[in-house]
Amino acid sequence: MIKVEGLTKRYARNVAVDDISFEVEKGQIVGFLGPNGAGKTTTMRVLTTFLPPTSGTANVAGFDVMEQPMEVKKRIGYLPETPPLYPEMEVREFLTFAGRLKGLTGDELTKRVQIVSEQCSVAEVGSKLIAKLSKGYRQRVGLAQAIVHNPDVLVLDEPTSGLDPEQIIHTRDLIQSLSGNHTIILSTHILQEVEAMCQQVIIIAQGKLVANDSVTNLTSRLRGAETVSVEVEGRDGSPLDTAAVEEKLKLVTGVNKVVLKHTRDGRHAFEVESVQGNNVRAELARAVVSAGWNLTELRALGLSLEDIFLQLTGAEKQ
Amino acid sequence: MKNVLIIARKELNSYFVSPIAYGLMLFFSLLAGFFFCSATMMFVQRGMESQMMGRSFPMSVNEWVVRPVLSNVSVIGLFLIPMITMRLFAEEKRTGTYELLATSPIRDMEIILGKWFAALVMYACILALTLLNISILFAYGKPDLKPMLVGFLGLLLQGGALLAVGTFISNTTRSQIVAGVATFAICLMLWVLDWVSAFGTSTWAKVISYCSVLNHFEPFSKGLIDTKDVIFYLSMIFLGLFLTARSMESIRWRA
Repeated sequence: MIKVEGLTKRYARNVAVDDISFEVEKGQIVGFLGPNGAGKTTTMRVLTTFLPPTSGTANVAGFDVMEQPMEVKKRIGYLPETPPLYPEMEVREFLTFAGRLKGLTGDELTKRVQIVSEQCSVAEVGSKLIAKLSKGYRQRVGLAQAIVHNPDVLVLDEPTSGLDPEQIIHTRDLIQSLSGNHTIILSTHILQEVEAMCQQVIIIAQGKLVANDSVTNLTSRLRGAETVSVEVEGRDGSPLDTAAVEEKLKLVTGVNKVVLKHTRDGRHAFEVESVQGNNVRAELARAVVSAGWNLTELRALGLSLEDIFLQLTGAEKQ
Repeated sequence: MKNVLIIARKELNSYFVSPIAYGLMLFFSLLAGFFFCSATMMFVQRGMESQMMGRSFPMSVNEWVVRPVLSNVSVIGLFLIPMITMRLFAEEKRTGTYELLATSPIRDMEIILGKWFAALVMYACILALTLLNISILFAYGKPDLKPMLVGFLGLLLQGGALLAVGTFISNTTRSQIVAGVATFAICLMLWVLDWVSAFGTSTWAKVISYCSVLNHFEPFSKGLIDTKDVIFYLSMIFLGLFLTARSMESIRWRA
């Protein structure tokens, strides 16, 4: 449904998007993940034909964004970061205007406006001025505007930013309920959101693609192997045979690999990799103590999604 | 065409739900009313004077009232136009609704024409207020209708030309104030250019004074349609809208 190849967008002074390629299947929800300024919005703007790429191609619903922008525009619904709303309009009036812009007319227009108002739960504020709406409602009116013409592809730029927790859950449910008929690409810098909603995740940082995988694959890649740091010293400061410790630790069920990391003041630190799910830490402790050594530290090194994200994007952990 | 009307309708709506339309109408009707009033008084006074002196000669209402009023109105227009066009694009860019328009299946030219057309209708609505003044003349005299219609056509053409320039300027900035001030400066300049011709008869002076919008309005106020002037205004409208289209495209490539 969406096919991006070698997409690059260069501004006067910097490269916003640098040679990105990815594909999205029909009916999928794809999370576009990256820190602020990574190039998410720029990529989305290229997909929606708002900006032309410097080089590379983007194909949406079978049409090239440069060659046939009109065909792309007809099939795309776009919610920019700040919902594009006219404060002087009433909600229903605005949705009708948006529907007309997208080419709806007559009965179909009235019907679609009614449907999306209910879908996005803005029907009850239909005759209110947009200027008087709260942030949450504005976001939902923005979403309603994006889906009013029932587009094949939905591009949502940070659809849940600035909402309260209840509204976030509501918006997530709404987006998920749309996924069957629509191919959705949404950007966010919140990892849980991707985990909660998306099937596929694309991570970009500083304009470069750093990961493109299914969410299950990525999380298992991140969480599958659990690493534990074990620090051992001999009783009463007596010297310790590291090979023996390694042997002993390897015998614990679920342990895959033991590596000696460093030795400091007679303390030996090992990194133990194990299969997820087994409670290896208790077993490791028992093994060390029963062998008559002192266990000075036992710490899980298992990377969280945040860690991996930071690792992939190369950002410094604060 | 349908899309042009969708945009135009939305623009007109936003003029009339905000105080802009009414403010401009008030401002205009006060000034136009004042000019009409003083022109009529002048006419009546002159008429009485000539009668008292016993050598009454025919005085035309068109010549004495309609023409000066239309000329004055065309100058007031220079002040109204920046206020009509300043928000057209600047506001959309500031609030981000520009992205909605730019990603909807609608051509740039349709957006531009829609906005310009709405501005022209707004301007025509304001001008229509002078009709109230002038219709009083019909109650007491027999002014000639045709020159008046020609005068209004001229006002619309002149307005259309300046509105097209204003539309372009509004497209180049996100700030309504900047758009308004710049448009006003240009309107003023196009008016003042005429004065240059008073000081020189060189080719340059002629070229410069040719560019003056008010110069080209002069024949219309007399009831004359000169192709030269019509073409001047039409080409200015075309230039303004063409530049707006270029500007919209350049935004896309730059930002």
